[in-house]
Amino acid sequence: MIPRGFEYFAPRALNEAVSLLQQLGPDAKILSGGQSLIPMMKLRLASPPYIVDINRIPDLNYVSEANGSLRIGALVRESDLEISPLVGSGYRLLADTTKVIADPLVRNQATVCGNLAHGDPANDHPATMLALEATIVAISPRGEREISIRDFFTGLFSTALQPDEILKEIRVPTPPPRSGGAYLKMERKVGDYATAGVAVQITLDEAGVCQRAGVGLTNVSFIPLKAAKVEDFLKGKPLDAAAIKQASEIAAAESQPMDDIRGSADYKRDLVRVLTARALKQAIDRAKGGA
Amino acid sequence: MPQLDINGKTVAVETDLDRSLLSLLRDDLDLTGSKYGCGEGQCGACTVLIDEKSARSCITPVRAALGKKITTIEGLEKSGRLHPLQEAFLETEALQCGYCTSGMIMSGISLLRKNPNPPREEILRQMEGNVCRCGDYLRIVAALEKAARAIKEARK
Repeated sequence: MIPRGFEYFAPRALNEAVSLLQQLGPDAKILSGGQSLIPMMKLRLASPPYIVDINRIPDLNYVSEANGSLRIGALVRESDLEISPLVGSGYRLLADTTKVIADPLVRNQATVCGNLAHGDPANDHPATMLALEATIVAISPRGEREISIRDFFTGLFSTALQPDEILKEIRVPTPPPRSGGAYLKMERKVGDYATAGVAVQITLDEAGVCQRAGVGLTNVSFIPLKAAKVEDFLKGKPLDAAAIKQASEIAAAESQPMDDIRGSADYKRDLVRVLTARALKQAIDRAKGGA
Repeated sequence: MPQLDINGKTVAVETDLDRSLLSLLRDDLDLTGSKYGCGEGQCGACTVLIDEKSARSCITPVRAALGKKITTIEGLEKSGRLHPLQEAFLETEALQCGYCTSGMIMSGISLLRKNPNPPREEILRQMEGNVCRCGDYLRIVAALEKAARAIKEARK
């Protein structure tokens, strides 16, 4: 199909983009990788009258560590994250996630920041970033502000971003020693959204007791879900087989899936249970220095 | 006038820049090697290289491709010789109806540029974005392996 007509802007500076958004009002949409927005426009699920393409803005394509966090700029593609040695060695949960997003053609174009800004509970990075306690940096005519990922997802395809704000950067706290993470996703076929996905990030103390736990769930609620009850349960416990089993049952109970073409709510809840147990085991192995 | 760099040639574009790159290639420039499959960014039949990376031209607006280096299947032949991956597709008969072939080859080239000697697992993972309705996947994988060997031999 052919999208409805739209007016297209390609600003060459961030402040120019921000003032364009202010000028054009809430109907303007930002184009970065375009791997969700353009198919939606072609299917006429979205018909924004104005497109603000940020791809020509310099200095937004960086993956670097500074002041205790990993910084991911607005124009970093999934394929950039996939081959980043920094991400591969220090942020295994992120590396896991980016590898299972859609397919290579999509990953070559799609941006990590767009994966969050789209606000789709079926996307994979939201759960990951919830588990990692990331911070979102947004820029607007009023300047920059930081948004905790906990407050970022406000509804189906809705985020805390104001219409004149651009998601400029994601900051992921650098995990302390003895940390490990894993992302597991079940998909019906290549390129499909997750039937369910589980992101786990844990930190152990020297005795193997859980110091910190982050758990995010993909596509089992109308917003990306932070499994706070599982996190609370894990903290302060030695992570033995019994704790893993119990945590996975809490995660299943905490998920809020719906029946759809990918399966019944019961099936998806059970899937969350199984994936949580597997992801936890892998995260613990990695925290202990394993692969 | 806006210009595109297609297969090493500069092409002036006199059209609505909001159209898809695929439509410009096929309908205006007569580069019909890239195919229209689903038109929704699912099947990969329209795959081209944009700045050396595989991308779906059906969901790329012309305007987003301005100033970038675009390579289509028509741009692979060099002084009368096919690209080793094209040769390998022919030799292994890695096509039945042929509709997915140019997209498969463009994705394959993107893969071989990143990793000239990919293990089978990596080939399967990196070719996930292209669908073959005839189900000729085994020969497509064989063609990629053959091309990787041929490129390695040629470098010796």
